[in-house]
This record gives sequence, structure tokens and C-alpha cells, in this order.
Amino acid sequence: MHAEGFFAQAFVYLLAAVVAVPIAKRLGLGSVLGYLLAGVAIGPFGLGFVGQEGQDLLHFAEFGVVMMLFLVGLELEPSLLWRLRAPILGLGGLQVTLTASAVAGLCLALGLGWKAAVAVGLTLSLSSTAIVLQTLSEKGLLKTSGGQSSFAVLLFQDIAVIPMLAIFPLLASAPAVSGAEAAAHATTWVDGLPGWAHTLAVAGTVAAVVLAGRFLVRPVLRAIAGTRLPEVFTAAALLLVIAIALLMTRIGLSPALGTFLAGVVLANSEYRHELESDIAPFKGLLLGLFFLAVGASIDFGLVAARPGLVAGLVVGLMAVKFGVLAALGAGFRLGTDQNLLFAFGLCQMGEFAFVLLSFATQQGVLGAEVASPLVAVVALSMALTPLLFLANEKLLQPRLGTRQEGERSPDAIHEDNPVIIAGFGRFGHVVGRLLRANGVGATVLDLDSDRVDLLRKVGLPVFYGDATRPELLRSAGAEKASLLVLALDSPEKTLALVHLVRKHFPHLTVLARATDRSDAYELIDAGVAHVYRETFDTSLRMAVDALRLLGFRAPQAQRASHTFFRHDEDSVRAMAAMRRDHARHLLATRESIADLERLLLAEREEVHVHRDAGWDSDACTDAEECPPDRPDSGSR
Amino acid sequence: MRILLLFAHPALEKSRVNRRLIREVQGLPGVTFHDLYEAYPDFEVDARQEQALLTAHDLIVMQHPLYWYTVPPLVNQWKISVLTYGWAYGEGGGALRGKTWLSAITTGGSDAAYQRDGLNRFTIRELLAPLEQAVHLCGMDFLPPFVVHNTLRITPAEIEGAASDYRLALEALRDGRLDREAARAEPRLNSHLDRLLSR
Repeated sequence: MHAEGFFAQAFVYLLAAVVAVPIAKRLGLGSVLGYLLAGVAIGPFGLGFVGQEGQDLLHFAEFGVVMMLFLVGLELEPSLLWRLRAPILGLGGLQVTLTASAVAGLCLALGLGWKAAVAVGLTLSLSSTAIVLQTLSEKGLLKTSGGQSSFAVLLFQDIAVIPMLAIFPLLASAPAVSGAEAAAHATTWVDGLPGWAHTLAVAGTVAAVVLAGRFLVRPVLRAIAGTRLPEVFTAAALLLVIAIALLMTRIGLSPALGTFLAGVVLANSEYRHELESDIAPFKGLLLGLFFLAVGASIDFGLVAARPGLVAGLVVGLMAVKFGVLAALGAGFRLGTDQNLLFAFGLCQMGEFAFVLLSFATQQGVLGAEVASPLVAVVALSMALTPLLFLANEKLLQPRLGTRQEGERSPDAIHEDNPVIIAGFGRFGHVVGRLLRANGVGATVLDLDSDRVDLLRKVGLPVFYGDATRPELLRSAGAEKASLLVLALDSPEKTLALVHLVRKHFPHLTVLARATDRSDAYELIDAGVAHVYRETFDTSLRMAVDALRLLGFRAPQAQRASHTFFRHDEDSVRAMAAMRRDHARHLLATRESIADLERLLLAEREEVHVHRDAGWDSDACTDAEECPPDRPDSGSR
Repeated sequence: MRILLLFAHPALEKSRVNRRLIREVQGLPGVTFHDLYEAYPDFEVDARQEQALLTAHDLIVMQHPLYWYTVPPLVNQWKISVLTYGWAYGEGGGALRGKTWLSAITTGGSDAAYQRDGLNRFTIRELLAPLEQAVHLCGMDFLPPFVVHNTLRITPAEIEGAASDYRLALEALRDGRLDREAARAEPRLNSHLDRLLSR
């Protein structure tokens, strides 16, 4: 493609997204519907900016789904996956089986052959992972029981695509379309292999992904992190996802499933948050592109030609899926509100249907006269999903009694610690250890990969990542945390983070480390109430020890230090405001130092200083007035 | 009367009775709550701030558990740092003259243990003698202490009773409805609280 043409295309897609999505969100429709409508608008049946490449684009943008599953995998530790095995196998398995049977039955009744009926049933039993997960996470419903059930079913469906791809060729009643096309499709390495070798290759590849994730990827990421070039780390993250996707495609597995697996393997790794925040923007854009492409590829010509048939199929199929889902939800004891969310959420057909329909056509399982209207039906049902979510949320849920809150589910996928510590060097780790010793969980972010490695070896959960990125903070749980401890080495980064946090997470209370007084000024200016000059307390301790070694008594030295501390803390705050006025600041500094010296001297020598007069034997000039229990009374 | 509730408990998280008592009175109108251990964990009492607080109130309530027959160490530190010569007493002193002092005390031992013939051989009032004299020296009126005994064995119902008595006593003092003359005859302010309250 010409560069100009490419830019023109990119311009149209990005413009459509930038215009439509904010409007859709403002109207409360959610970003998915915004993308879909934008796709319709720029598509051949709208303004016609983009045309036939819609299908190619769809294939490219499916990569967004792949990335999404990688992210989903990253959030799922294997233990959580194991805990979800009942809903995944039970709910997911039953959903696919029952829906496929019902739809196949319908097809038989409509006069389709049994093989085609089975293929259509299986294809349409799948739902849209992309739309449902995106919408659920946008609405913060992923952790509700309805959200978790949806997730389990979607996961099962994504896995089920593999055996479906395997059995479709067996369902072929006509020979594959043409030799040339079949050859063009034979791009996998395992095509010519006998069945057992095929199985072996698949199993071997999966094992390789798991092993490489465990033993190869982490050291590589560590080495790359060691270069301290964030863009290289981003490149590595993308490379990882693309490599796995390619590998999976080559052995005929779903790339989405492969990256999901890789994500699960890396879920326990220290690079999880960093990978997450590196991939997230790509995932967002590509998913957007995917939804745009779906919108643009709806064949309104066909819809207009046979509106009754298409509408009937959309409504009928979604009703069948809804019925099966609602019955299963009730069987698995979802509450009414959660069950509605579950059933409305999953009753559309999914993006894998596009893949399976075209595969089935190639394999001669389905004729074009069956497949083409179904493509339109699938796209329309996906486009209807955000509206169903909206209707459920606005019309149905308010009529139900209590709603389960998103936060209440015990199966939290994220780490939701009350404290986030950015920087776990010599400063931050003391803070972290005291918190930990008191049973306070802290999510720790650090940019020094060697240190991260070391700390993880001693059993401290530390994540590699640059905390000055909002996405990373978000994935570290900034939305739910209450404190952010800033113990970074760089004052510039600290200040940048303060500004960022005040903008994106204003609820967080920031405790910031400052290297010196002028750092402290900057932080106070930026609105940080809790500022800690890193060497201040230590210097005071040293001064106290110096005084004691010179013969001062410990309490006197201690009190002097305390007075100094209080005075200096007050003066930093007072002078932060006037420091730009150079002359005034200098004067104030001089006054402050003199003031402090007066105070300390007074404590040592004078009589009527408020605080310590009680200690001072001279204060009691009249023996009659001296209270008998005063510490000095015995000595006089 | 404006009440300053000075509270001294180094391990509030382990306390049942004191926590309940302060919860009952913390939000009362006219009551300023000031947690000394919270303010001065390092024992460096800010005398100026404390003196300003004392000046602004009429009834000083010092609430604390009894440790080794006396006040918690920070209360002693507070006394020494805040009740200074030239301010609270002595030449130029008298900042507290005419104010009232109430000690609110919890003890692990029973009422019977704190008797001349009991295990502890002294009454609470006797053990508080040094404090009482300090208060007297500052020209304040020392009320009989509000005491909750037996805190290790006390039942939830009894804690509720003590908390409600505490609130009644403070409210009555605040509104001038407590018969101070009758109170002077009591070993504890809450021995027969109902008799001291006038409607």
C-alpha cells in the first residue's frame, strides 16, 4: 500500500474513533458501541470512506483480541484458574453443548443437512470475548459473580474453538472449494502430518510456551529491563505476543489461546504490571480497530434485501442463546440481577464465528448462501450487545432489589493493597518492611531490575516498572489504594509522579521522600502534605549522638533534637511560599536560624521557657512554692 | 462548661472499656477530645499547645487506666511539662485557677481490692493524692474520680452501663446539673450517680 494511502486510511479510522467514541461515552453508550457505529458510518454503507478492505482489516484487528487474552492471562494466576475450573468446565461446557444443540436443532427444522446444522450450531454457540470483556471491565463488573461466570464461559468458548476447527473438516459434505484455495490455506507446519504427529506437535508447542515462559522469558525480560530503556521493554512485550501468536497460527492453534496461556505463565512474574501497561494501549487501539471493522463489514445490502430473514435470525438466535444462558445461570445459582447480566451479556455471537464461518465455507461444510447472511447476523448481534447491556443496566436492574457491588466478590483478580510503594531502594524498603511486619499489604514498584530480582529471591513481592506511568499505577491498584509512598531516587520523577497522581488519582494520600530542602519546597508547592527529607532524621540522630559523646546528657540532647526538628519542619513549610523572592527568603532563613539558636540556648540556660521550666531547679526560688514531687526537690 | 477530655492510653487498640467510654462521649457538644499518646508518641509534650487548650476549657477530664497504682507515664510527663511554675502556680501563675479537674480511671482490680483492708491497701482516692495535690496547687477543684473497676472481667452489659454513666456525668457537669457538694461525700463520682444528678 502507498504510504499516502495508508496514512489516509489511518486518518479516517483514527478520526472516526476520536469523534465517535467520546460522543458514545458521553451518551452513556460505552466505547464498544461508539466504535461499531463509527465503523458503520465510515463503511461502504455509510460515508463509504473505507470499502472492501474491511475483511482484511478485521483479520489484522483480530490481533487486538489476541492481546486482550494475553492481558486476561496476565491477571489470572494459575491458582485462580484452578479455582474457576468448575464454572469454566461446567458452565462453559454446558453452555456450548446446549446452545449448539438448540441451534443445530433449529437449523434441522429449517431444512439444513445435519452436518451443516452441527457446524452452524457450534459456530453460533460462541459469544464475543472482545465485546463482553471490554464492556464488563469498562463498567467495572468483571469481579461480580455474573462477570466471573461470563468470564469462565468465554474462556471455555475460546478453548473450544480449537476442537471445532479440528472437527469441521470431518463435517464436510462437499469437497473443499478448490485445490488452489486449499493450498493457499495450508500455511501451517502441521498440515501434512499424520494425526498422531499433529497432536504431538500441538502438545509440544504448548509445553514449549509454558516452559519458555517459566525459564526463558523472565531472564530475557530482566536483561532488557536492565538496559533501562522503556521503549525496548515495550518492543519486547510486543515481540513476545506476536511471536506466540505466529507460533500458534503455524501449528493451527488459536493465537488468542496461545497468548492467553503465555499470560497465565507470566502472571506470577515480577514484570506482570509492566507488561500489562505496555500492551494495554496497543490492545485498546487494536480492539477499537476491530470493532470499527466489524461495524464497517456489516452487509447492509443483504440486510436491506432480506430484512425479515435477517431480523428474524438475529432475534431468534439471540433469544435461544439467552434462554440457554439464563437457565444455566439459574442452575448455577446466580442471583436474578447477576443472571440477567450474564445472559444479556453473552447472548450475542462472537468474533470467532467470522473465522469459523469462513473456515466452514472453505472446507465445504457450509454453502455461501448459508454463511453470508450468518456473517451479517453475527455482526448485527455484536452491535446489539452494548445496547442490551444498556437496557439491562438502565431498565431492568433498577427494578430489581439489591445489586451486588463490583467490589464485593471475594475472588479479586488484582492485588488490592491499601498502599503502593514506588521505589524500593534503601529508603522505600524500610517503609515497606515496617508496613509488612504490621500486616499491611503494599504493592511495590521498582525500576531496578537487579534489585527486583534480588528482593523477589528473598520473598518480597516486588514488581518491575516505572511508576510514573498512569497505566502502571492503575494496574498496581491505584484506584483502590489509599496511600502512595514515593521513595524514588530521582526528585524529577517524584515531582512528575505527584502531578500525575493529583490528576489521575486525587484520592491517594501521597507520602513523598525529598532529597533536600529545595526538593521539599517543590513538593510542598505541588500540594504534598507529607514530605520527608531523606537525610534529615538521620542527621539529627547523628547530631544527638555527637552531643552525647561531648558529654551532654541523653535527654537534653534528645530534647534539643526534637526542638530543632519541629522548628525546621515548620520553617520549611513557611519558607516554601516565599523562596522565589530571593532577598526575602535569605532574610527569613537568617532569622529562622537565629530564632532556632535562641530557642535551643534558652532551653539550656534560661528559666522561664514554657516547656521545660518544670525541669529547671532555678525556677523554684521559693521553697514553700515548690511542689514536693518535682524531680529537682530532692537535689536541693 | 467547656470540657477538655485529655485521654491517655498507650495501647488503645487493646482496650475494651476505654475505647467504649470515649466513643460514648467523644462527639458530645462542648467536649474537646485530645488523645495525648496520639499527639506525643515520643513524649515530647508541646507545652504551649497544651496550655492554650487548658486555658480554653473549664473542666479538665483526665481519662486513663491505672498503671502500677498511678497514672500512665505520659500523664506524668504532661504534668511536668505543662503545669509549670509561673503559669499554673507560683509567681505569675494561676492560669488554671477556678477550673475543675476530674480523673476518669479504669482499673483491673475490683472495688474491694482498692480498700484499706483490700489487696491494694489504699483507696483510689488515696493513690491519686499526688495528682490531687498538684491540682489543688494550681487552684483547681478536684472532683471524686469517675472509676470503672474490674476491666478484665467486666461484662459487655456492665461496659454499656459505665459508658452511659460517663456520658450522663459529663453532660451534667457541662450543664451545671451535678450536685458537687453531694459528690464530695462519694468515694467515686459514679458510686451513686443518680443521686448527684438534678433535673
